[in-house]
Amino acid sequence: MYGLVDGNNFYVSCERVFQPRLDGRPVVVLSNNDGNVVSRSAEAKALGIAMGAPYFQVRELLRYHQGHALSSNYALYGDMSRRVMARLAEQVPAVEVYSIDEAFLDLHGLTTWCGTLDSRAQALRRDVLACTGIPTCVGMAPTKTLAKVANRLAKKYPELQGVLRLDTDSRRERALRVLPAADVWGIGRQYAQLLTAHGIGTAWALSQVSEVWARKHLGGVVGWRVVQELRGQPCQGLQASEDGTLARQSIRCSRSFGQRLTALEDLWGAVSTYLSRAAEKLRAQGEQAHLLTVFLTQDRYDTRVPPPYTRSATLTLPSGPTNDTLRLLAYGRRLLERIYEPDRRYVKAGVVLDGLEPPGRGQQLDLFTPAAASPTVTEDRRQPLMACVDALNQRFGRGTVRPAAAVTAVGQPTPWQGNAQYRSPAYTTRLTDLLLVG
Amino acid sequence: MTTIELIKVSSPTTTVWLPLFACLVPAGFPSPASDELEELFDLNHLLFRHPEATYLVRVAGESMQGAEIHAGDLLAVDKHLEADHNHIVVAVVEGECTVKRLVRRGSSWWLQAENPAYPDYEITEPESLRIWGVVTHVVHELLPGKLTALLRSRD
Repeated sequence: MYGLVDGNNFYVSCERVFQPRLDGRPVVVLSNNDGNVVSRSAEAKALGIAMGAPYFQVRELLRYHQGHALSSNYALYGDMSRRVMARLAEQVPAVEVYSIDEAFLDLHGLTTWCGTLDSRAQALRRDVLACTGIPTCVGMAPTKTLAKVANRLAKKYPELQGVLRLDTDSRRERALRVLPAADVWGIGRQYAQLLTAHGIGTAWALSQVSEVWARKHLGGVVGWRVVQELRGQPCQGLQASEDGTLARQSIRCSRSFGQRLTALEDLWGAVSTYLSRAAEKLRAQGEQAHLLTVFLTQDRYDTRVPPPYTRSATLTLPSGPTNDTLRLLAYGRRLLERIYEPDRRYVKAGVVLDGLEPPGRGQQLDLFTPAAASPTVTEDRRQPLMACVDALNQRFGRGTVRPAAAVTAVGQPTPWQGNAQYRSPAYTTRLTDLLLVG
Repeated sequence: MTTIELIKVSSPTTTVWLPLFACLVPAGFPSPASDELEELFDLNHLLFRHPEATYLVRVAGESMQGAEIHAGDLLAVDKHLEADHNHIVVAVVEGECTVKRLVRRGSSWWLQAENPAYPDYEITEPESLRIWGVVTHVVHELLPGKLTALLRSRD
């Protein structure tokens, strides 16, 4: 059983913790440069203010209803997020931080000891609310996609009291029948239109399509996995967002090492590798990050090691949002040094980029350049350099140009490289690996 | 009513490592204690029971001077602790945060100032009052230093 916890109107809720007078009033939080609405209180939603609406369009409406518009404060959201995630991590076996305000929970085996899952989920909500002031909703289901569905409905219908569990077929069907197919996790706007065109309106209808249809119309195996997950069959590879086709709310890059690592420089080699990869993804997505997290994990099966097994450090980038590898590396090194303890045996490291938004959101775009190509950060001379690095890596293979910390001496193995001894040759992508046919 | 201003603090990230000595340090003699340096401790961990639930706030006004809480002091406020009789709490009254002592007199609850110049506040409708958190520590600077400079720079 998986759970999905997310903060209700997270940014607005963070603001309200420290400004109680905003309670009960329409409140919105705006993107960088106060361009668009990125978070809305329930009262603001009731006024009909849409997500992403330009501020100038809603300013008068808000003023008329004595509402407030706030600029985004990622330093605050980042810290509140850290607090929420830390509370969650203390109470369930495993947490996957999915974005600044969302986390998947591993709920397997919890019922035996801790009462019903529903009461457990309510206890989680109470604890997070007490410790941070952030209201949350919890969805629980056998697959991550269904947990997302459950979470969404728990938020939508107040009578559920913030918790919905979809563990029987009848509950699942009822839930999927009320949810529009476009609201299913992994169904982008493009697919939503296609589904409408084919008369697939609800998530239930989507769960009934055939494998052939799903593979043909919904991006191959990725779409088929969404359908399977809606049917309650967990798919291992559902980190479908990893392939870059879906816009992500956070970018995470982490790997287990092939061997235990203890030396700071080895760990830095790994972290700098992951960080440059994450920055590359960030640029491919055309966005910049506000928050950088670095984490290290020790061997949790080593009985000599006391918990916590994972230590992490998060920084709100003091120089503003960026997608510049070099700048991220400078901060990443600092974060690594903060959490690194000598003589520990680490098995995994990773980085998370969070608080993503397009550069210069809300700025006037040039009428004559396509939006994707418009140079929004012209003053940053690193941009052409990064574009060049990305182009080289695309042309000559990933990691052709990489930070010096991630380079080992010629002939030396990369200590953090994962084991892949059971991997078959890259039959179709590497010349030396082509299938031999006699 | 005295108000306090909430400072958004990005967690106790500014770890201050103080050396902890495993032996007594004799006064007036240059100690060989550096050989006995046992471990380093983080003051944050020593002081804050629930680091994720602890927030720092700054005091404005003298309504709590009887409890040795003065204008400009920093308070550590724990949101995880349940407020009880005689706790000093940060409470939300009419949309504003205030620091007072929570006391029960007979069957009624009060937010009590620790300064005769300030009135007490009776909690007539319990649902209109929200306890924001319980004050666990006061950081009060006795010699003007960094804290004073920090607070001055905010004025």
